[in-house]
Amino acid sequence: MKLTKLTVLAALLGATAMAAQADDLRIALQSDADVLDPDQSRTFVGRIVYTALCDKLVDITPDLEIIPQLATEWSFSDDGKQLTMKLRDDAVFHDGTPFDAEAVAANIDRSQNLEESRRKSELSSITGVEVLGSHKIRFDLADADATLMAQFADRAGMMVSPTAANEAGADFGLNPVCSGPYMFQERVAQDRIVLEKFDDYFDADKYHFDTVTYLPIPDTTVRLANLQSGDIDMLERLAATDLAQAEGDDGITVDSAVSLGYQGITINVANGEKGDNPWGNDPRLRQALSYAIDREAINQVVFNGAFAAGNQPFPPNSPWYSADHPVPTRDIDRAKELLAEAGFADGIDLEVQVPNTNIPLQLMQVVQSMAAEAGINISIVSKEFATLLADQSAGDYQASQIGWSGRVDPDGNIHQFMTSDGGINDSKFSNAEVDELLNIARRSNDKNVRKESYDAARAILNEKMPIIYLYHQTWIWALDSAITGFTPYPDGMIRLEGMKREDG
Amino acid sequence: MLAFILRRLIIAIPTIVLISIFVFTLQKLLPGDPVLAMAGEERDPEVLAYLREKYRLNDPIPVQYFTWIGNALQGDLGISLRTNQPVLELIGQKLPVTIQLATMAMIFALVIGIPAGILSAVKKGTVVDYAANILALSGLSIPNFWLGIMLILLVSVKWKLLPASGYVPLDEDPVRSITVMIMPAFVLGTALAATLMRHTRSAMLSVLSSDYVRTARAKGLVERRVILKHAFRNALTPIVTLTALLFGELIAGAVLTEQIFTIPGFGKLVVDAVFNRDYAVVQGIVLVTAVGFIFMNLLADVAYVLLNPRLRKQ
Repeated sequence: MKLTKLTVLAALLGATAMAAQADDLRIALQSDADVLDPDQSRTFVGRIVYTALCDKLVDITPDLEIIPQLATEWSFSDDGKQLTMKLRDDAVFHDGTPFDAEAVAANIDRSQNLEESRRKSELSSITGVEVLGSHKIRFDLADADATLMAQFADRAGMMVSPTAANEAGADFGLNPVCSGPYMFQERVAQDRIVLEKFDDYFDADKYHFDTVTYLPIPDTTVRLANLQSGDIDMLERLAATDLAQAEGDDGITVDSAVSLGYQGITINVANGEKGDNPWGNDPRLRQALSYAIDREAINQVVFNGAFAAGNQPFPPNSPWYSADHPVPTRDIDRAKELLAEAGFADGIDLEVQVPNTNIPLQLMQVVQSMAAEAGINISIVSKEFATLLADQSAGDYQASQIGWSGRVDPDGNIHQFMTSDGGINDSKFSNAEVDELLNIARRSNDKNVRKESYDAARAILNEKMPIIYLYHQTWIWALDSAITGFTPYPDGMIRLEGMKREDG
Repeated sequence: MLAFILRRLIIAIPTIVLISIFVFTLQKLLPGDPVLAMAGEERDPEVLAYLREKYRLNDPIPVQYFTWIGNALQGDLGISLRTNQPVLELIGQKLPVTIQLATMAMIFALVIGIPAGILSAVKKGTVVDYAANILALSGLSIPNFWLGIMLILLVSVKWKLLPASGYVPLDEDPVRSITVMIMPAFVLGTALAATLMRHTRSAMLSVLSSDYVRTARAKGLVERRVILKHAFRNALTPIVTLTALLFGELIAGAVLTEQIFTIPGFGKLVVDAVFNRDYAVVQGIVLVTAVGFIFMNLLADVAYVLLNPRLRKQ
């Protein structure tokens, strides 16, 4: 009797599940997105939703080449101070407003002038916008800006409907209207964001799902359990420790890509009084710590070998990585030597603040035991993330384990951290030569010039070492085997083009 | 009866005011800046300054409190710093979810806890009693998060009987809504069932040894009638009190259960809001929860009066 009841229940559940998800792609995200307004939003998962919702002027390839999206062609003037773009003439916003040069101008204006806009610094080089025709536009720049195209490949390049934006103002995010392949249907905070297919999209035939549902499921084990039980079709950021389990499951395929970001230890060099100590004043101590760490061992122990060891703001597989400074092998003797030179032959203490979640804590415990062998006694202060960030920004720390999610253009991973008045330079590291080199790289559209500048800056930074880079996260996606056509990108986004569900 | 309820309501007002002040100041003592927490990787100082001004975070704390409470009295609990959604709307979305979870958990707790308590009191010292006690002890000592993950792995992943997590609104698909909530409600209900079982047992034991029960038996009443009609009814008063008090525990337990099963309810909302320093959301939730808790206690008081005729005369 009991068994029959269970069978009926299971059958019922199966039936409802099948009916409900006819052509719905269900994607589990690690957290809930913030406000759905490209000009105001800040979260990584928000960008994943935008990939389906809001088209950008340009996009990237998995190799980080810039390719057309809403803009079809573009060119810089010889001095790099003018950028002319041709736009698609077959794109419309979800509310029917046509996409044209006027719409682009309105979007740039909104990104630069909406009080709440987070895109101001990304577009700060644009001083004027000139509409040259219905689908042709020119941007006038204060100075050559090599990062601009990469900004246009992200939120700063996302086009929202000017009609909707005018009506909603800062509340646009409650009902976003863009021009992407999917349009906004509903959002229940912390539960789901549902998008439905936009039939007037210019490439609509490349998108095969009627709806896409994004579900925030923070716990990695539960995310995987949902995929295994068939409740979702795909998840992002599988935990490296769950990789073996997912790979062992026939019903699941796993994809990965090394991210654009990094994790490391930021040392307070000159951020207030707390920077005035041997660690802030003597680069040799920071080098010693770096030598004491076995980065490959960290990768094996904490991340099951799934991530990439690193020692620069760019991962070793990036074209911007400086080959002159490979990931160092562990050298305890050298570390001890450096400590002795700095006058701390008997050892020295270091206090490192760490976010109070599993992975950073495990990471720092491994670093702690490695450093101890060289005579560096690390004490770990675990803090809840908002507190850690506030303390770091205020200079109330000696060292901080923190990372960066990464940007398509190399400038985004280094300029604001390492230049004297960089917006997120919490170390308050300052070096005139580095400032100049990074500014040259920012202003040149010549790849070789940029690479040389970054390499030269790396040589200095490797010696001064205000940030001790440790590793680069790998994005790991797990999908139901029936879902095909997914392409992993180093920016961690989920591009739905070509993805479909195979029958059977 | 009406006067009784009114008196109770008037007493509740200062309690609510005190709670609101307490929560408000406690939050401000938390380290971390809401605007910075919200900014994440994009910390444009101009925008941060503008947002501090917009959300009036630069005002003195008493001014902030009175602005908030003034708006709250007019039904405006402010907007979430993180998603820009009005707090009232968020609460409206989340409250039914947690009520459904709490109700189902309470049903589990009552259905398991009370019969087990009666049984173990009646069969005191037998195998049944010991078995019930062991169950109660396990219910109390097994952590929610462990039980939750184990159930997900077993019931959803291995047997594929119930959905692993998530939520479906009742009015959208009642069958699925209830099936998806079975596991979390069970997990949340187990600890309560254990507490209820223990208290039912001791209340029943003390009643069963009283004179009027002996009299009832002496009259020759069937044992079943003695236990359910005479003994249990009188043992109910402490159980009702406990059930009302357990409501608070239920909301607290929901915080963890909702995290595990990714249920978009009150608990999840408040935890995320605390981490993001989303002040308006935390305050709104605490206020509504406090009012709810007071209301549940009022219901319990009314229930005593209904259960115990002697109280009606007082």
